[in-house]
Amino acid sequence: MAKYTEEELEKELATKEYEYGFYTDIESDTIPIGLSEDVVRMISAKKNEPEWMTEWRLEAYRHFVSMHEPDWANVTYDKPDLQAISYYSAPSKKPKLDSLDEVDPELLETFKKLGISIDEQKMLTGVAVDIVVDSVSVATTFKKTLAEKGIIFCPISEAIQEHPELVKKYLGTVIPQRDNYYASLNAAVFSDGSFCYIPKGVRCPMELSTYFRINQAGTGQFERTLVVADEGSYVSYLEGCTAPSRDENQLHAACVELVALDGAEIKYSTVQNWYPGNKEGKGGVFNFVTKRGICEKNAKISWTQVETGSAITWKYPSCILKGDNSVGEFYSIAVTNNFQQADTGTKMVHIGKNTKSTIISKGISAGKSQNSYRGLVQINPRASNARNFSQCDSLLMGNECGAHTFPYIETKNSTAKVEHEATTSKIGEDQIFYCNQRGINTEKAIALIVNGFSKEVLNKLPMEFAVEAQKLLEISLEGSVG
Amino acid sequence: MSFKENILSSFLALENEVNTDSYVHELRSKALSDFESKGLPLRKDEAYKYTSLKSLFNKDYSFFPKEEAAISYGDIKQYLMHQIDAYRVIFIDGIYSSHLSQTTHDKFDVCLMSSTLNNPKYASVIENYYNKLAGDDSLTSLNTAFAREGAYIHIPKNVHVEKPIEIVNFSTGNEASLMLQPRNLVVVGENSQVQIIERQQSLTENATLTNSVTEIFADKRSMVDYYKIQNDLTTASLIDHTTVEQKDNSEVRLHTFSFGGALTRNNLTFYQRGEHCNSVLNGVTIIGGKQHVDHSTLVHHTAPNCESFQEYKQIFDDRSVGVFNGKVLVDKVAQKINAFQQNNNILISDKATINAKPQLEIFADDVRCSHGCTIGQLDEDALFYMQSRGIGKKEARALLMFAFANSVLESVKIPEIKTRITKLIANKLGVEIGFDL
Repeated sequence: MAKYTEEELEKELATKEYEYGFYTDIESDTIPIGLSEDVVRMISAKKNEPEWMTEWRLEAYRHFVSMHEPDWANVTYDKPDLQAISYYSAPSKKPKLDSLDEVDPELLETFKKLGISIDEQKMLTGVAVDIVVDSVSVATTFKKTLAEKGIIFCPISEAIQEHPELVKKYLGTVIPQRDNYYASLNAAVFSDGSFCYIPKGVRCPMELSTYFRINQAGTGQFERTLVVADEGSYVSYLEGCTAPSRDENQLHAACVELVALDGAEIKYSTVQNWYPGNKEGKGGVFNFVTKRGICEKNAKISWTQVETGSAITWKYPSCILKGDNSVGEFYSIAVTNNFQQADTGTKMVHIGKNTKSTIISKGISAGKSQNSYRGLVQINPRASNARNFSQCDSLLMGNECGAHTFPYIETKNSTAKVEHEATTSKIGEDQIFYCNQRGINTEKAIALIVNGFSKEVLNKLPMEFAVEAQKLLEISLEGSVG
Repeated sequence: MSFKENILSSFLALENEVNTDSYVHELRSKALSDFESKGLPLRKDEAYKYTSLKSLFNKDYSFFPKEEAAISYGDIKQYLMHQIDAYRVIFIDGIYSSHLSQTTHDKFDVCLMSSTLNNPKYASVIENYYNKLAGDDSLTSLNTAFAREGAYIHIPKNVHVEKPIEIVNFSTGNEASLMLQPRNLVVVGENSQVQIIERQQSLTENATLTNSVTEIFADKRSMVDYYKIQNDLTTASLIDHTTVEQKDNSEVRLHTFSFGGALTRNNLTFYQRGEHCNSVLNGVTIIGGKQHVDHSTLVHHTAPNCESFQEYKQIFDDRSVGVFNGKVLVDKVAQKINAFQQNNNILISDKATINAKPQLEIFADDVRCSHGCTIGQLDEDALFYMQSRGIGKKEARALLMFAFANSVLESVKIPEIKTRITKLIANKLGVEIGFDL
């Protein structure tokens, strides 16, 4: 036994201190603010990621450093200071409340209007729920059914550990690390997200939705979702929630990648209702999202979105129709009120033969908001018999808002059929008069007309979402009628 | 010599010839420095995303031809509207040709820009109108810097000009490559009416690049009918900037027929600055080979109760490229607007490309704005029907294309133009037509 010397003590203390520092970090689950290669390494280390994943992140980061924030979108805002953000924050920092009485009454009022059950209300506001049995049992049966079918549905960090071969194969194939400014940032620092794999020929028996998601708490500011539907499979995926989310994070830069292999079908629905800022336009979330799907032969991807929240929305769910006979769809309702700004739309890139795409976009602007549709339909030289139909309608309420359309149509094939139409109008006075005449007050009449206007898109949402989304539209436009 | 050096030395040469102590020359100097700071538009500029001007500006252009070319009426007769009586302002290599032109100062002015710029009598007109609309983007600035010649048309109040006015720029090919910068000013007074036909034409295959700027002012209740016929040789290119300002109750109709030229870029801007205006922007494009036609239109509604109507029909063959970038901008005060925009395209060859970007930017709520854009083919069934009745495939296709472009042709008010355009289309499609449209 060697003697315990002072030197050794010193050494031990030094290591210990280091260990301790590191350890504390894990405990509090925050790392110092700012962005650097070390931060990226640290995030990767905390998640206990394999070497290839760390390298993948670093490659994204190194490219990110050379990029500039884009400014072509039709929105104005103060650029977020990326060095002032902590890139790894603790999941679930919400204070636990004892009963619903402690929750902001305004929020409860909204829940009531949306028709959200008491239990769900409690979950959403972070109240300790006593009777969790219900939701737990639902979650368990849910997991069991999925497992029987061979469906993998788990947090992406878990997938990296347990199904590295799948993640390695598909991650970044649709949105590469170098894709764009915010996608690169996301690739470098993404905290968590979900991963979903549907095996060959399996039809997912239920809507995969964030409601029952076990990893809900794990999703943060930089979310990354990867959905892979193997040959001949089907999945319907729901993201977001109609309930208003009061989030302290200002910048949200998520990435969603969809891979639909031969004959597969993915239906991806989003309801986004982040905090839009107050009536004076202060605060609010910046929602800069990259969403893209790739369709192999005979595959189909359908995006449906209802965008009502966020101060700035900057989002273009796209379809790359690579395989022959593949189909892309995009249904969107974007509502802006007060000082919100939305620049949203889609890209349909036709590469394969006989590919089809449909775009239905409905923009509703009220208050002092600006609502833009920006889309690209590209028919490549080899995409024979490609077909596209686009329709972009805008509804203006009040004379302080704006509605804009920026459709790009690029055709390089003579057999392509592309149709694009757009209209902008306001709610007809005679329509309102007609309703008034029949005893429907103006506010209700407008809700009715807006609903009719949005019906084509609302119909594409899964049932329970559709009902809530409809109510959400009403709430978003509340008080916008002069 | 680079294009920029060429410009600077040519500008010095210009300064030796013109009166440098004038209002117009101040504009020239400022425009030159604007151009220098902005440079030529590049692909990365949103407005030129689909049109590269690179190939145009790598030639060593001469700006001012050294000698006057001798051209007789017989050489150019076929390019003029010779069946009808017309006023004519004709330029050969950018220099006014008095013996070919027919101008007037009787009741109204149809004459030269150069004489107007130098004559103190017109000083107030120049100060009130000249360069008030053209804007300061790089290529219009370049034109402003070099502008010394073009047509000047001033119609005072209550005059109905009976005869159409033709403005034709010929280039003779005396220079290996020539850059022309015509500058036209059209001022139409209250209750007046005028019809104008504009054309660029090369007589030989030496390269010509025309960077043209036209400003049109339409006062209250005036009517302007403007036709641009673009059927130049494929060695010629055109960058046209036409800007229109309309006052209350005025109507301006502008037709663009693009069949020729290597690269044609039309920047067409309408500012509606009075109530109850009506703007019509129509176009037919039929191109093939490696031709490139780019229509970039902007209709800016700044006053309530106005209308605008755009219809562009385009057919592309071979490796041709078409660009349509139509924009409608409606200000907050411009309520009760009715704006319509339609762009229909047919691609005949797999190598042809069309890039369309019909934009709406709307800040007023009580408006009716719509646009439609389609890309498609000729109807196979219709082709089969005609062939089964003994009409050859080529003719059947031509018939369908005529029918496709007909809605625009119908709105042409000068019969001779209509027959000429019909013939041009027939030539372009390689058929003889035995019917009237």
